[in-house]
Amino acid sequence: MRLRRFLAVVVARNREFYRDRTSLGWNLLFPLFTVLIFAFIFGGGPADQYKVGVLAPGGDLAAARHPFLQTPYVRFLVVTDEAAGVGKVGRHQLDLLLDLRGTPRYWINEESANGRLAEQLLRGAVSADAPMPPREAVQGRVVRYVDWVLPGVIATNMMFSCLWGVGYVIVRYRKNGVLRRLQATPLGPFEFLAAQVASRLLVVAIVTTLVYVLTDLLMGFAMHGSHLVLALVFFAGAACLVSIGLLVSVRTRSEELADGLLNLLSWPMMIFSGAWFSLEGAHPLAQATAQLFPMTHLVAAARRVMLDGAGLADVAPELALLAGTTVILLAVAAKLFRWS
Amino acid sequence: MDALLEARGLVKDYPGVRAVDGVSLAVPRGACFGLLGPNGAGKTTTLEMLEGITPPTAGEIRYKGRPLDRRYREEIGIQFQATALQEFQTTRESLDLFAQLYERNADLAHLIERCQLGTYLDRDTRKLSGGQRQRLLLAIALVNDPELVFLDEPTTGLDPQSRRNFWQLIDSVRRQGKTVLLTTHYMEEASQLCDTVAIVDGGRLIAQGAPAALVAEQFPGTLVRLPRAALPSGTALPDGAQARGETIELCTADAERTMHELLASGVPLGELQVSAPTLEDVFLALTGHGLRG
Repeated sequence: MRLRRFLAVVVARNREFYRDRTSLGWNLLFPLFTVLIFAFIFGGGPADQYKVGVLAPGGDLAAARHPFLQTPYVRFLVVTDEAAGVGKVGRHQLDLLLDLRGTPRYWINEESANGRLAEQLLRGAVSADAPMPPREAVQGRVVRYVDWVLPGVIATNMMFSCLWGVGYVIVRYRKNGVLRRLQATPLGPFEFLAAQVASRLLVVAIVTTLVYVLTDLLMGFAMHGSHLVLALVFFAGAACLVSIGLLVSVRTRSEELADGLLNLLSWPMMIFSGAWFSLEGAHPLAQATAQLFPMTHLVAAARRVMLDGAGLADVAPELALLAGTTVILLAVAAKLFRWS
Repeated sequence: MDALLEARGLVKDYPGVRAVDGVSLAVPRGACFGLLGPNGAGKTTTLEMLEGITPPTAGEIRYKGRPLDRRYREEIGIQFQATALQEFQTTRESLDLFAQLYERNADLAHLIERCQLGTYLDRDTRKLSGGQRQRLLLAIALVNDPELVFLDEPTTGLDPQSRRNFWQLIDSVRRQGKTVLLTTHYMEEASQLCDTVAIVDGGRLIAQGAPAALVAEQFPGTLVRLPRAALPSGTALPDGAQARGETIELCTADAERTMHELLASGVPLGELQVSAPTLEDVFLALTGHGLRG
């Protein structure tokens, strides 16, 4: 690979991106507007129902027996990991956590109004002669919706930018003859593809940083982890998403087909990845499907870094998964690529 | 003159169709070689194989006596008939981009001057006129100072002034000692620019030679044309005459005598056309007058 050729294509592609004002504006403003709109709609208002986590025997809610479980307007969610459940109570993501695996006990966050009210509902459900389960108080930082949704918004913006910015653009180049013109030069397929990937990763890095900083300035959000680890997570995610875009583009000749394929990939990823809403309590099949998408692991890792302060070792499984997927997809894309 | 580029028995098959069927040709070093043919004749496919863009199904292509290899791309320049450049780039940036893709570069300042691009260097390439754009595409094809230049219908869509201007450019490229291989639908262009032309039809090479030699071979004399309606009824067609639609055409070695005979048979003088045969006449005679593609 000749660095001179690689850099020439990177520079030309970047120029094409930043001079296209509509594309640049969309990439910057879309995530910002999204965060603002969601913050406005869900901004800290009370939830319309209480969320109670249940540590059920064998992880099966149906096997649990307690009068509180019959309470209307309360959404009961199975929690399998006690520590994770307690953490969610601390962050106000669960109003109360009830352990029914042995002698009943429960956790609430004393700073949570919803937690206090959920506790009153529990008290009301327990009959007068039965003892109230022992209570354990949890402390933690409240997680606003904007804090929770921001990693998902950034990841969604990255997904659109990576898929369309590489996949759609290469198909457009193939259709209008740009690829044919480049094929007639000494530029090799690998040099061309590597330049497209590098150019888009650079664009994503700059746009994501701008969106991150602007969102923080405008409304502020929780960031309890390392920025370096977060950058690594986003980089691994972007590389994986770019490689998916590349794979879509390697043989496709029609922009309409490319658009359809990219939509076919992006919509399930957006819905099932947990970017916009939690899949807790969703059908097990939906949760299993979610694990197939790189976006799910990207969002989960970014959220853990930002909300839980997870370190490099904590997100290593997600990073390894994203990196491995990227290597495989890039190798397949390079093998299948056709100029015309 | 030794051949810079040589093709032997080129065949290209696509599913259900043989686009090129055993084409052999040799492009002499320093020559301007024209590849002519009606639409769908296989000339673009032949050209793409010679450019190294499309692999032949069978046959052999040699450049400087050796098979095409990676170095070939460094030594040739191509101006495609239909191509797009990356958007949002100026003329200068497009030239720079392509210059950086090659090991060897022409003197860009000289190239810009020769292709008359100086006034448009900072203009977005999407805002160039047809002639300006073709000149930029030619400059891009020459950016690596190639020995062999492929020009695929370089003047299609240009107005007569731009076309003649482009001919001068091609001529200046030739004077630099470069070898040019061009395709065109304009027979006047081929006659003006090419030392040798090859006519392709139905995937086969049906004629090859210098334009003047092909004309002399096909039409050894002067062409006389008259409308069929101008021939008095009952008069037989003159010897050697051919009917082409509503026109009667005959090639004669003695134009004066033929004119006398036609006038004597009652054909009005004003209806007669006398002209020297051209490459276009050769082309039509060899490839037929039926509508293609």
